[in-house]
Amino acid sequence: MSLRIVVCVKYVPDATGDRHFAEDLTTDRDAVDGLLSELDEYAVEQALQISEAADDAEITVLTVGPEDAKDALRKALSMGADKAVHVEDDALHGTDILGTSLVLAKAIEHVGYDLVVCGMASTDGTAGVVPAILAERLSVPQVTLLSEVKVEDGTVTGRRDGDAASEQLQASLPAVVSVTDQSGEARYPSFKGIMAAKKKPVESLDLSDLGIEAAEVGLAGAWSAVDEANERPARTAGTIVKDEGEGGKQLAAFLAERKFI
Amino acid sequence: MGEVLVYVDHVDGAVRKPTLELLTLARRIGEPVAVHLGAGADTAAPVLAEHGATRVLAADASEFADYLVVPKVDALEQAVTSVNPVAVLVPSSAEGKEIAARLAVRIGSGIITDAIDLEAGTEGPVATQSVFAAAFTTKSHITKGTPVITVKPNSATPEAAPAAGTVEQFAVTFSEGATGTKVVARTPRESTGRPELTEAAMVVSGGRGVGAAENFNIIEALADSLGAAVGASRAAVDAGWYPHSNQVGQTGKQVSPQLYIASGISGAIQHRAGMQTSKTIVAINKDAEAPIFDLVDYGVVGDLFEVVPQLTEEIKVRKG
Repeated sequence: MSLRIVVCVKYVPDATGDRHFAEDLTTDRDAVDGLLSELDEYAVEQALQISEAADDAEITVLTVGPEDAKDALRKALSMGADKAVHVEDDALHGTDILGTSLVLAKAIEHVGYDLVVCGMASTDGTAGVVPAILAERLSVPQVTLLSEVKVEDGTVTGRRDGDAASEQLQASLPAVVSVTDQSGEARYPSFKGIMAAKKKPVESLDLSDLGIEAAEVGLAGAWSAVDEANERPARTAGTIVKDEGEGGKQLAAFLAERKFI
Repeated sequence: MGEVLVYVDHVDGAVRKPTLELLTLARRIGEPVAVHLGAGADTAAPVLAEHGATRVLAADASEFADYLVVPKVDALEQAVTSVNPVAVLVPSSAEGKEIAARLAVRIGSGIITDAIDLEAGTEGPVATQSVFAAAFTTKSHITKGTPVITVKPNSATPEAAPAAGTVEQFAVTFSEGATGTKVVARTPRESTGRPELTEAAMVVSGGRGVGAAENFNIIEALADSLGAAVGASRAAVDAGWYPHSNQVGQTGKQVSPQLYIASGISGAIQHRAGMQTSKTIVAINKDAEAPIFDLVDYGVVGDLFEVVPQLTEEIKVRKG
């Protein structure tokens, strides 16, 4: 039977751009161009490698986001994913982590899955907890933050490099996996891949398709509220010296003045 | 005032510094009650008491070490049910965030991750976060359930506030999913003898300009002269010159030390996201146009192979 892989991806404002908040203190998506979160490219790549090693597999790439989020799906399809699901609904504006994970979980169940693959975090929200929450919501094992992952005979194994130790993990499918930026460079879409992606199916779903009430999501349904967002004041210009042979000593004098020595 | 649950991050009872910071922050919103899972509660209890824990809820079971995350969620959920706290605080480690997030779903509560400050508010604790690569600071609060908040290291200075710290053992009933992900092998990270990167008061980092793995010895020598931790930019890590565990940046560690010294690092957004909130920033770079100089309190435009060894020598001389 075919191995059904669902890759969750996020369409984010380019992290190299000048990101801002909108008036309602949600992420301003107009200020900066959006794209497939760089960290999710690693998830797509590992899903492709798992798929290539399997006898028979199908990769569905899933996103929750506005109309433009289709760009992220196209990128993943052009890398080699088979089909896409886009959950889009005006009521989703301002949805937080718990709401987003609820929508993702329902959509994953709608698609059907053996393995869910996520990136380690988004490059905008950066919390890195959606994979763990998905495992909780789906009641399946969580095998997260892997720098190496392998799927064989209905078992997923991987290496998790934690702060205190490196752990070898093992769980039975179905499971939720997340991979880090150490899992292997993501491939670039080929020209052939880009052309093929245009013909791959993209299913659009709204909240009613997933049986979710509008009040469960969105800004009003969020489980936390942002009270204020302030731009960090620019750091006051420091002293910059050119090394004329005494740069190290000058720096030491500065550190001593600041009581670091 | 109600009780605030503080999840203890420790290695066999050796309490890590971020937990002590959490106890200090917890006292702003209630009475800290520590939750200690795994071996070593008796070792940890005096330290937790010294920093304000009125009680230490302790549970030990082989499941905590043998399976990933879920057994700890089960235990913390039980502690929440029995204490009915006004908030739950968890250190913002990778595992801490996962435990906190799953707990939030279980108890029907909102979650805030990676807070850098915490204060009491009219609608519950208010958490400060640093977002968009530290370009913005936000203040948020939880609107549903018992606030679950994870807090980054170096967000507060641990303060002594002696309390009873009475150890109360509790037995955990594990959920069906507790044994879902088995830890089949564990290799402890080798100790370098240097401070933990995220907890260090001083950090010395090297980047592309360091040029080779073997050249990192001059970065390490500077770090050792100060008693600092060693960091590396993504470019240096990707080149294989230094371990990923030491990467500072958006996809590595986010550090906020008193002093950050960047050597041969240009200061791309990826790196700034990980160090921009440092109190004092110093850079050494041969390119006067490098964006890192926009952040510095003191910068030296020059060859790091000249400047860094001279700095290290001068520090040794000054320290006698």
